[in-house]
Amino acid sequence: MRQARSHGRVPLPPLVLGLSLVLAGSVVCGVGLGAAGVAWADVVRFLWAGGTGGSVRAADGAAYTIVWEIRLPRVVLGAVVGAGLAAVGVAVQAMVRNALADPFVLGISSGAAVGANAVILLGAFAGLGVWALSVSAFGSALVAMALVYGVARSGVGLTPLRLVLTGTALAYGFEALTTVMVFGAARGEAARAAMMWLLGSLGGATWAQVPIAAATVVAGWVWLRARAEALNALAMGDETSAALGVRPERLRRELFVVTAAVTGTVVAVSGAVGFVGLMVPHVVRMVVGADHRRVLAVAPLVGAVLLVWADVLSRLLLAPAELPVGVITAVVGVPVFLLLMRRGGYAFGGR
Amino acid sequence: MTVRREGVRGDGGRGDGGRRDGVPGDGVRSGVPGGPEAGAGGLGGGAGVSLGVEGVTVEVAGRRIVEDIGLAVAGGAFVGLVGPNGSGKSTLLRCVYRALRPTSGVVRIGGDDAHALPAREAARLLAALPQESASEFDFTVAEVVGMGRLPHRERTAAGDREICAQAMARTGVAHLADRGFLGLSGGEKQRVLIARALAQRPRVLVLDEPTNHLDIAHQLDVLSLVRGSGLTVLAALHDLNLAAAHCDVLYVLDGGRMVASGAPHDVLRQELLAEVFGVRAHPVRHPETGAVQLLFDRLPRSTDTRPLGRHPAPVPHPHPHPHPDPHPHSHSHPHPHPHP
Repeated sequence: MRQARSHGRVPLPPLVLGLSLVLAGSVVCGVGLGAAGVAWADVVRFLWAGGTGGSVRAADGAAYTIVWEIRLPRVVLGAVVGAGLAAVGVAVQAMVRNALADPFVLGISSGAAVGANAVILLGAFAGLGVWALSVSAFGSALVAMALVYGVARSGVGLTPLRLVLTGTALAYGFEALTTVMVFGAARGEAARAAMMWLLGSLGGATWAQVPIAAATVVAGWVWLRARAEALNALAMGDETSAALGVRPERLRRELFVVTAAVTGTVVAVSGAVGFVGLMVPHVVRMVVGADHRRVLAVAPLVGAVLLVWADVLSRLLLAPAELPVGVITAVVGVPVFLLLMRRGGYAFGGR
Repeated sequence: MTVRREGVRGDGGRGDGGRRDGVPGDGVRSGVPGGPEAGAGGLGGGAGVSLGVEGVTVEVAGRRIVEDIGLAVAGGAFVGLVGPNGSGKSTLLRCVYRALRPTSGVVRIGGDDAHALPAREAARLLAALPQESASEFDFTVAEVVGMGRLPHRERTAAGDREICAQAMARTGVAHLADRGFLGLSGGEKQRVLIARALAQRPRVLVLDEPTNHLDIAHQLDVLSLVRGSGLTVLAALHDLNLAAAHCDVLYVLDGGRMVASGAPHDVLRQELLAEVFGVRAHPVRHPETGAVQLLFDRLPRSTDTRPLGRHPAPVPHPHPHPHPDPHPHSHSHPHPHPHP
C-alpha cells in the first residue's frame, strides 16, 4: 500500500495559507468562547479596538478586560506553545533519528518540572515575584540540559541512542524528585497546582509571558527552517550526512541547544503539554511527506491550531473549573494518532 | 573462520569483463572528459580528479584500525579495495568521505586536503554511498536524490530539478520518483543512491560494498553504472571476481595494513588469497569471454595442524568420580589418542 502511495503532492503555498486562516479563525474563536459570556460582536469589536488602538466605552470595561487581558494572551500563548512544541518535535525526531521521540524525550521538561514545583510547592525564589515560576522552570531546564548533554556525550559526539537513553533515564530521576516534593507538600491546593503544571496548563498566561516565548519560538523555527535540508541529510544517517557536507556531530550539538532552549522556554510558561510534539510531526508527514522543508513549514501552524482548540476545550468541558490542557491533547491525540497509523499504511518508524 | 567463500561464484565478469585486459597497472584511463557521460549533458560534474590517501592511520579507543595506508586513484580510474571482514576497508573509506578524521595522514582530493576543506566544498568534490541505508523517515525517491544538491551554493529549484531528473534518468529510476524510498527493493535503492551521488555532481565517488545484498544481475548493473559515470571511483568490494572484472587497480587490506596493490590479476594470486582470505583459489577461463575467473575452496587453517578427517572424535568419557566435575570444559583428557 505504501509503495503505491504518492506522497508529498499537496501543494505547499495553499496549504500554508489555508492553515494560517484557520489559525486566525481559531484565535478569534478561542477568545470568544469562555465561561463568562461575551457576545461575538463585542469580541470582534474589542479585538479590533485593542489591535488598532481604538477606544471602548467605559461600560464595556469589564468585558474588554476579559477579552483583551485574560483570554487573548492565553490564546496567543497557546498558539505560540503549540507551534514551538510541534517545531521542536520535528527537530528532535530528526536529531535522534527516531520517529517516536518528542520534545520531552531529552529529559528537559522533567528538569523544568523540578524547578517549577520547587516554586509551587516549596515557595522557592519568592523574591522573583510573578517571574519565579518561569525563571525557575527555565533555569532547571538548562541544568537538566547540561546534565543530559554531559552524560550523553562520548568520544564520537552525541549519538542518537545515547541521547535517548540518557534523556529517559535522567527524566525518571527528575520525576522522582518532583514526586518527592509533591508528596512532601503539606498543602493540598499546592499539590493540585503542581499536578496542573505537570500536565500542562495555560491558565497562568499573561501578556508579559508572550514576547519572550514568541521570540524564542520564532527564532528557533527560523534557525530550524534554514537547516531543513541538513535535517533531511541527518535523518538519512550520520555517514550519509557527512558525505553530503553536513557534519552530523556538530549539527546534533547545535540542534540540542536550540531544541532545549525552545522546549525550556515553552515549558516554563505552559508546563509539560504532551502529545503535540509527538503527534503533529507525524500527522504533518502523512500529508506533506518527510521532507523537512515542507514539514517545518506546516507543523508549527498545525501545532498552534491544535493547542488553541485543546485549550478552549480544557476551559469549557468542566466550566467553570479547568482541566489541564495536556489531558485534552492526550484524549484527542491518542485516538487520532492510532487511527491514522492503522489506516494509512504510514511508514511508522520506517518499518 | 577466515573462509568467506566456497565453491563456484557467479560469472562476475559478464558485461564489460573483457575490457579490463591490457589496462596498465597504474590504472590511468586517459581521455575521461570525452568519456561516455559527455553526451549525457556532462552528468557527473566533469572529469574525475585524482584521489590520494597518504599515510592514513586511524586509532579508535587506543586500538589501531588501519595503519599507515597509502593509496592513489588516478583521475577517472576505478580502484577496488578488497580484504576480509574487519580488515579496515570501511574505516579507510570513512576517512575518505570525511565521516571519520584519521588520527594521522592526509586524504587528498585533486591535491586538496579533504579534511582541511570546508565540509560542503569537499562534498561538492566527493560523493559517497555509505553502507547504512536505514532511515526512519520515508522520503520519496525524488527527495532522496534531491539531497545530492545540498552541498551546492547558488542553485535554483528549477536547476536542481533538471539535474536530479537527469541523474534519475541516468540510473533508470525516473519512474520511481514519487515512490517512498523505504519501499524499494535493494537494487532499486542502490540505483537511487547512485542517482543522488550523481546529482551531487562530484569528481570522485566512494562506495562501501555497493553490491551487498544484491542479486548477481543487480551487482553487475550497479558496477557498470558506476563504471560508466566517468568519475574517479574508489569502492570496497566483497566479491573478488566482480572486483577483478570491474577495477583498473586493486588494493588489498589485511588487518588494517595494505598488503598488495596492482592490476587485479597480478594481485589476486593464489599465495596472497591463501594468506589474506584463507582460501585456495583456482583460476579458470570463462568459456565464452575468456576472462579469468577464480574459484575458491576452503583452505585448511594453518593453525589447524591435525590432518583433515582424522580429528580425534570427542570420546564420551564416563566419569567415575562420585562428585560432579566443577570444570567440565577445562577437564584435560588423560589419553590424547585413545581410540582412533
